Amino acid sequence: MAKAKNSTPAVLNVAPTKGDKVFDVINIIIMIILCLIIVYPLYYVVLASITDPRVVNTGKLLFYPEAPYFKGYQEALTYPSLISGYKNTIWYTFLNAVVALACTIPGAYALSRRDLVGRRPIMFLFTFTMFFNGGIIPMFLTIRSLKIYNTAWALVLPAAVSVYNLIVCRSFFESTLPKDLLEAAQIDGCNDFIFFFRIAVPLSKTIIAVMLLYYATAMWNTFFNALMFMQDDNKMPLQVVLRNLVLANQLSASSSGAEAAERQRMVDQLKYVIITVSAVPLMAVYPFVQKYFAAGVMLGAVKG
Amino acid sequence: MARQKKVSLDPNAADRSVLERIKGCWQLYVLLIPALVWLILFAYYPMYGLIIAFKDFKIRAGIMASPWISPWYKHFADFFSTTIAKTVIVNTVLLSVYQLLFSFWVPVVFALLLNQIRSNKARKTIQTISYAPYFLSNVVLVCIISVLFSSTGVVNNIIQSTGGTIKNFTSEAQFFRPLYIGSTIWQSMGFNAIIYIAALTGISPEFYEAALIDGANKFQRVWYIDLPLIMPTVILMFILAVGNIMTIGYEKAWLMQAGGNTSVSEIISTYVYKTGLQSAQYSFATAVGLFNSVVNFIILVLANMVSKKAADISIF
Repeated sequence: MAKAKNSTPAVLNVAPTKGDKVFDVINIIIMIILCLIIVYPLYYVVLASITDPRVVNTGKLLFYPEAPYFKGYQEALTYPSLISGYKNTIWYTFLNAVVALACTIPGAYALSRRDLVGRRPIMFLFTFTMFFNGGIIPMFLTIRSLKIYNTAWALVLPAAVSVYNLIVCRSFFESTLPKDLLEAAQIDGCNDFIFFFRIAVPLSKTIIAVMLLYYATAMWNTFFNALMFMQDDNKMPLQVVLRNLVLANQLSASSSGAEAAERQRMVDQLKYVIITVSAVPLMAVYPFVQKYFAAGVMLGAVKG
Repeated sequence: MARQKKVSLDPNAADRSVLERIKGCWQLYVLLIPALVWLILFAYYPMYGLIIAFKDFKIRAGIMASPWISPWYKHFADFFSTTIAKTVIVNTVLLSVYQLLFSFWVPVVFALLLNQIRSNKARKTIQTISYAPYFLSNVVLVCIISVLFSSTGVVNNIIQSTGGTIKNFTSEAQFFRPLYIGSTIWQSMGFNAIIYIAALTGISPEFYEAALIDGANKFQRVWYIDLPLIMPTVILMFILAVGNIMTIGYEKAWLMQAGGNTSVSEIISTYVYKTGLQSAQYSFATAVGLFNSVVNFIILVLANMVSKKAADISIF
């Protein structure tokens, strides 16, 4: 899929007509507007997180940090549920990455081998679950009966395999590990374990990176499973904390008088601060890894 | 069932019995164990749990010991006799269909236009920017909507300064679907365009050269070359989207529920969550969820049959 970009060969750059120029100008304007629509809301939230809430609450468009105000960040650093949410999310994401890779990579490799007896029925059993599943209540009962309700495992184990990821990974192994390599290794007395760990895994760093990113993003963003499978406030991941604080308005602005007004200001700003800090890790990382995401999409599409 | 392909590395493989071949790849089965354990515990065991849709489930008794109900379709009948059944089904279908109609074509157009940007660097930059919202969680997305569209937010301020009145975007029913679908487009346009951009990259330059000799302008080249050549990909993606039509995300719908908009934002899956986990009517909610899953599955199989016939593309 990684062919050279060829939609604008040199011949097309020779003497564009007037109509083509108009097309280009309109196209560039559309693209600029689209980029603004995509970026501005994100930019606005970040700006609002460092701007005096009295300015933000006027509802005017912000373009630069006028009236800087950082109390929100100071407060956020001391907000216990936010800190614990952050810690929990990092821990769950790490745990899930380890478990998910340990399940997905070897499984996908085994399923990529054509000499695996029963490969097609096993693959069908996996694929079928993409299109039909028990739904949330039976899943909830499963979590309870496995006695992992309200533990980290309730989030990590159900997310240990994503069948879509498994298929992407299998396609990768099928298309990158030549059969000759396995044959040569087998002649040298290499068994399947050794081949997998010593040859297949080192040759598959790209797909391992893709899987890591897919699983980590999914776990970082997990919300509903935590709502269903967790109970204690101090075990909730960041997304649940975020939802409680911002959407359910559980930010407290108690006390009274002048102090209350000051407190309200901070609470107003805290919303933007919390949104920013929970989105920043992914926003900071994705430009560097997005090419792998794209690679994953294309591998998934090979299977269709 | 699965032995049409006797591709094996061992030239004598075809002569060996199945048992021997199974023995030959026992190490592969070992590698498969973690994934298989997951499959049984978290995919098929919950499916077994679906039988409580036909039982009067008591959490203390467990799935096996809970008594069967009569008639077997009692929970389904109960669901269809409620007034909310029609509402949630209509809401689910409308939200899904509108979302498909309004959001499906956007990435296609975006890919076609982006492909016409000459500068490689600009194209890459725009594409990278377009992915950004895809990495936000639903919670962050809904939080952003809630602050931008609140009564003191930017959007209402612009409306006011242009002479309009403040609108309750986040809680009035009429704004739920536009906000839901609009934010979906905002979030997924760039990412969904990846596959079309890749298809466009694969088009041979000879087509453009020939078109140029015939005097085709840019618009004509997009319309008569790019679009027809990525059409198979577009059709495939459309069929997949139709197949998933009823599996609309409940997370975002649930998060966006506020005040007066539940009359349109209550969809089957949010209703299942509320009746099942919030009011503990496990059997009833499972039945409603099962109804939804079965409808999904039928639509998917039909879409797959159509695609198999029309384009020889099958997801099974």
